[in-house]
Amino acid sequence: MTRHDVTLTVNGRTRTVSVEARRLLVDLLRQDLGLPGTHTGCDHGVCGACTVLRDGASIRSCTTFAVQVDGSEIRTVEGLADGPTLHPLQEEFWDKQGLQCGYCTPGMLMRSVEILERDPDADPAQVREELAGNLCRCTGYKFITEAVCAAGRRMRADSAPLAEQARPAEVTS
Amino acid sequence: MKPPAFGYAAPSSLTEVTALLAEHDDLEPRVLAGGQSLVPLMNFRLAQPGYLVDLQHVEGLADIRLDGDTLSIGAMVRQSVAEDAPQVAAAAPLLAEALRFVAHRPVRNSGTIGGSLAHADPSAELPAVALAADAEMTLVGPAGVRRVPAAEFFVGPFETALRPGEVLSEVRFVRWPGSHAFVEFMRTHGSFAIAGVACLLDVDAAGTVRRAGIALSGVGPTPVRASATEQSLIGSVPDQDSIRSAVEATVAVLSPAGDVHGSTETRIDIARAYLRRAIEVALGRAGVEVAPHDGTRS
Repeated sequence: MTRHDVTLTVNGRTRTVSVEARRLLVDLLRQDLGLPGTHTGCDHGVCGACTVLRDGASIRSCTTFAVQVDGSEIRTVEGLADGPTLHPLQEEFWDKQGLQCGYCTPGMLMRSVEILERDPDADPAQVREELAGNLCRCTGYKFITEAVCAAGRRMRADSAPLAEQARPAEVTS
Repeated sequence: MKPPAFGYAAPSSLTEVTALLAEHDDLEPRVLAGGQSLVPLMNFRLAQPGYLVDLQHVEGLADIRLDGDTLSIGAMVRQSVAEDAPQVAAAAPLLAEALRFVAHRPVRNSGTIGGSLAHADPSAELPAVALAADAEMTLVGPAGVRRVPAAEFFVGPFETALRPGEVLSEVRFVRWPGSHAFVEFMRTHGSFAIAGVACLLDVDAAGTVRRAGIALSGVGPTPVRASATEQSLIGSVPDQDSIRSAVEATVAVLSPAGDVHGSTETRIDIARAYLRRAIEVALGRAGVEVAPHDGTRS
């Protein structure tokens, strides 16, 4: 079957990969680019574990063919930390026990980046509503909501642009 | 989990799209928009097209234009973009309201207006909105362009008036001068809807309903226009009794197929309650208060 060249920028690094048209974005990230932080959950767009950012907007990488993001900028959970310095969202998830098994966490974090970039003042009710498309079977969501709101408060306090705080870390693969 | 192998092209013009669809006719080709319905179906191998023609690079399909009272939305406009667009809020607030019920934001960041309409899920929001608003679809095919009203576009479950080789390129809404309401019942927010109601009412200063456009989702093989309810409301100043009889005029002729998500009886009960609620909300937004009927608000 014909292969197609897909050029995309992942966490600041531009790559070209030759893929079959049926290659899902999540599989391109995990298998072709060696970035297993993005998780495959339900494979049909329901659970949110595979959430990544495409040109700043959160999408399901399991219901997106890699060929559909040719030319796009993708951010994954691997791009959140700056070397050893965690992103405020990651630190707050840690501090507030916003994760237990961790399977949903990459999707939760990437969706939360978009929520706070759209509205850093999002209140708990808003965060619960906006995160409703990401399923967690461990935490009951309370600590996740608290972590996202706390990260929002910190980002406002730091008053640095969020994009700067979440600047891409170098991909090592 | 992955779909079977298929051929793929992402052309830049509708002419190329229709040519590719014709060229690969033997492979049961499909058009790929945002992929939020098609890709899950392909992941499950419930759909196995041998060829996909991706619309993402086709010029002009991602535009939203408001010319006078006509709002034109390109088929590839992402649902979240339409949801945030000031032109949509101004000219088709019913659509803007309904879009917030379509799955979740990350799905709407990929899902498109045209994709949802052409997928024609009878429980989906946008087909009901298009039907209530008398929207018009622009279909482009090898034989040229034709415009099809929503009432003729939805012909069955997941089935539209699109002919083989044709593509939905645009949907047009004419600005509605009155008020609107979109209500929907689902198990949890963002889940697949059981049933919903899209309602447009134009009420004059005396409280008389002048025009109405109402459609239901999830209660038939296609979205269902509540024509009997509209006719019953038009020309009257609605009160509890007249709204009840207007609702019953439509509900009496519904015979939705039951499934694991809701039996026939459940869907009829939901249609009754939500049709009334949609009318009350739209009236309320027009400044007409009708006290809620006992036992109908859940």
